[in-house]
Amino acid sequence: MAERNDLVPIYIMGKRYDVPSSLTIMKAMEYAGYTLIRGVGCRSGFCGACSTVYRIKDDPKLYFGLACQTVVKPHMYLGQIPFFPAKRATYDIAQLQAQASTLFQLYPEILRCLGCGTCTKACPQQLNVKGYMAAAMRGDIAAVANLSFDCIMCGLCAARCPAEEPQYNIAILARRLYGRYLSPRSDHLHKRVEEIQQGVFDQSIAELKAMDVNELKERYKARQIEA
Amino acid sequence: MTYTPELLELIKVVEATRPQRLGQTFPPMPLEERQELLQKFHPDYIESGMREIRIGSYKGKRMPKELADVVEGRPHVDPNFDLSNPEFETDVLVIGGGGAGASAALLAQEHGAKVTLVTKLRFGDANTMMAQGGIQAADRPEDSPALHYLDVIGGGHFTNFPDLVEALVKDAPIVIAWLESLGVMFDKTPDGVMMEEHGGGTSIKRMHSARDYTGAEIMRVLRDEVRNRPNIDVIEFCPAVELVLDDKGAVCGAILMNFETERYFYAKAKVVVLATGGSGRLHYQGFPTTNHYGATGDGIVLAYRAGAELVFLDTMQYHPTGAAYPEQILGQLVTEKVRGLGAQPVNVKGEQFVYPLEPRDVESAAFIRECKERNLGVITPSGQPAVWLDTPMIDLIHGPGTIEKALPAMVRQFRRFNIDMVRQPILVYPTLHYQNGGVKIDADCRTTVPGLLVAGETSGGVHGRNRLMGNSLLDVCVFGRRAGITAAALAKERQPGKPTLAHLESWNRALDEIGLNGAVRSPILIPNYARKG
Repeated sequence: MAERNDLVPIYIMGKRYDVPSSLTIMKAMEYAGYTLIRGVGCRSGFCGACSTVYRIKDDPKLYFGLACQTVVKPHMYLGQIPFFPAKRATYDIAQLQAQASTLFQLYPEILRCLGCGTCTKACPQQLNVKGYMAAAMRGDIAAVANLSFDCIMCGLCAARCPAEEPQYNIAILARRLYGRYLSPRSDHLHKRVEEIQQGVFDQSIAELKAMDVNELKERYKARQIEA
Repeated sequence: MTYTPELLELIKVVEATRPQRLGQTFPPMPLEERQELLQKFHPDYIESGMREIRIGSYKGKRMPKELADVVEGRPHVDPNFDLSNPEFETDVLVIGGGGAGASAALLAQEHGAKVTLVTKLRFGDANTMMAQGGIQAADRPEDSPALHYLDVIGGGHFTNFPDLVEALVKDAPIVIAWLESLGVMFDKTPDGVMMEEHGGGTSIKRMHSARDYTGAEIMRVLRDEVRNRPNIDVIEFCPAVELVLDDKGAVCGAILMNFETERYFYAKAKVVVLATGGSGRLHYQGFPTTNHYGATGDGIVLAYRAGAELVFLDTMQYHPTGAAYPEQILGQLVTEKVRGLGAQPVNVKGEQFVYPLEPRDVESAAFIRECKERNLGVITPSGQPAVWLDTPMIDLIHGPGTIEKALPAMVRQFRRFNIDMVRQPILVYPTLHYQNGGVKIDADCRTTVPGLLVAGETSGGVHGRNRLMGNSLLDVCVFGRRAGITAAALAKERQPGKPTLAHLESWNRALDEIGLNGAVRSPILIPNYARKG
């Protein structure tokens, strides 16, 4: 392989590799020869499998990111957090009530939150984790659901929390309570479900199924496109 | 990683034509022109990218070379692998931890089965998690399942299997209500009306969304629910490498592999639901892909060796709007919702050249034509051809703040690389997105092999030769649920016979006969990205 002049040194679990400076952390690990099984998922920033903690030489700060969405920097010291053993409550969503006490019963540790904001600093989605934990302490399910919506459940918040909160698991409980119990009821949806169960559309679909292709094409062309 | 000065100059051209484009949209293509465009520019029609399969029931039919290579691969295990001591026994073995697998597990459990769900990577690492834009369901009073049917079958060029389309459109509102009862947060107005938009090829707005995290929201709720249920075991990092048949030719479990220790073992089951997703990581014709790391066509390989029939595997979906810049996110998905909200594709001269919401294959072919034939694309610094997607139009149409609110994932994605899609257009080009075809199923997810059910992207027929946006999240839920119900019923009546891997003996013989004894070991499980040397 020809010599490249765009290589920068990075340290994967302490060992040095020289990698092209344009690569993401994930592709840099593969460039270094790793075949990934843990710490890799969608490779697009949606699944939360590739949580990474890193530090840069001579800088005492810890940084957090997704390996698939973060470009390498020279003298980056990398640690992957592919799994974190956070607490997760088990429940039957149909038996719960959308109220503060549900949150506290399933996750009594909510009230132990120190409000330090370490979780917010660790969030690779830049969510206001501390803010939604404060909402959880107030029992404001809608606010938790809304503020946490873009959570990819990577677990970095829980990994860093000095109060040992499983923030992301508390958040999904709140979102599910909101979706099932608190979001405004969609009457048009439930009406349509009833109509389908009564067979209201069976005949019109049977007619389409029985048509030959040319007839179907004419029907397709004649569709009115909603503006 | 922001735009280069050259690209910033080109953005001025797009900005200059924007006011005049705002009020007018390029007209839809007549049905007659679609076929000609596809044949000239769609990757499915590039002969050198395809080859014929030489063994099994799909013999003589074409599929992409990269898929053919793994379909004609060598098994991981020997035909005389010891099956006398199953590692565990279950009623229903669900293989795959995406939307279809999770839905199947839930419904099978509700219908009385003991379920084990095994997945190659983490539970939820699947294309479902990455689907952004939405899920279709005809639930507005002015819409109907029949209209949905017409849109689906026209988008699929009238090749779809009617029974499957009927199931898809009739179950759709039921699925939305089911997801909401599990706690999925759909976008709604304060009085409860679902906010619905167009997708490519829809005649009426029926795309439900959860911001642009629709698939992630559905997947994380389904995953959470599976973990809450008694009688469902989940085993991660445990891919299936072979199906096991009994002496009557029915499926009675699978050979699984502990992905970390590479130990193979037999899991015995009365019914198997195969829901391993698609195959974008095979990178057909060298295309980048939107797919997750594990999308390597495992289900096709397993089902085919067990004797299942395949359909439509010569057609893959290339999503028109893969990110083309910056290079770090090349091929990653830019949701169709961006066009659904009004952003127009424009060429280097700032002109529209295609209706923004054609079915995906047509839209992609038009992008490729604009770049390859007309030379009106933009070339990125790495040499990648692209067209503009004029995202700032969205806030101009719907009001300031719309992009941030409706597309937070997209805004975040580009902002990570210092591109502000609220104010700047973005560069896109088609990317490998979806396996239109797959294992042939009926409306209850049965295959031609007894005891084997298939759901989701691994199956074929419902979308014919081209799937519309928002029908994949729907597909995985509709057919995942149906597979779960069928599996639980079958599990009650089935008593598997003596397990064998005799089908591998004849498979290996067939490989030898065509001189394929050096074939790749398949399923390949993960793509080979590690640089060696």
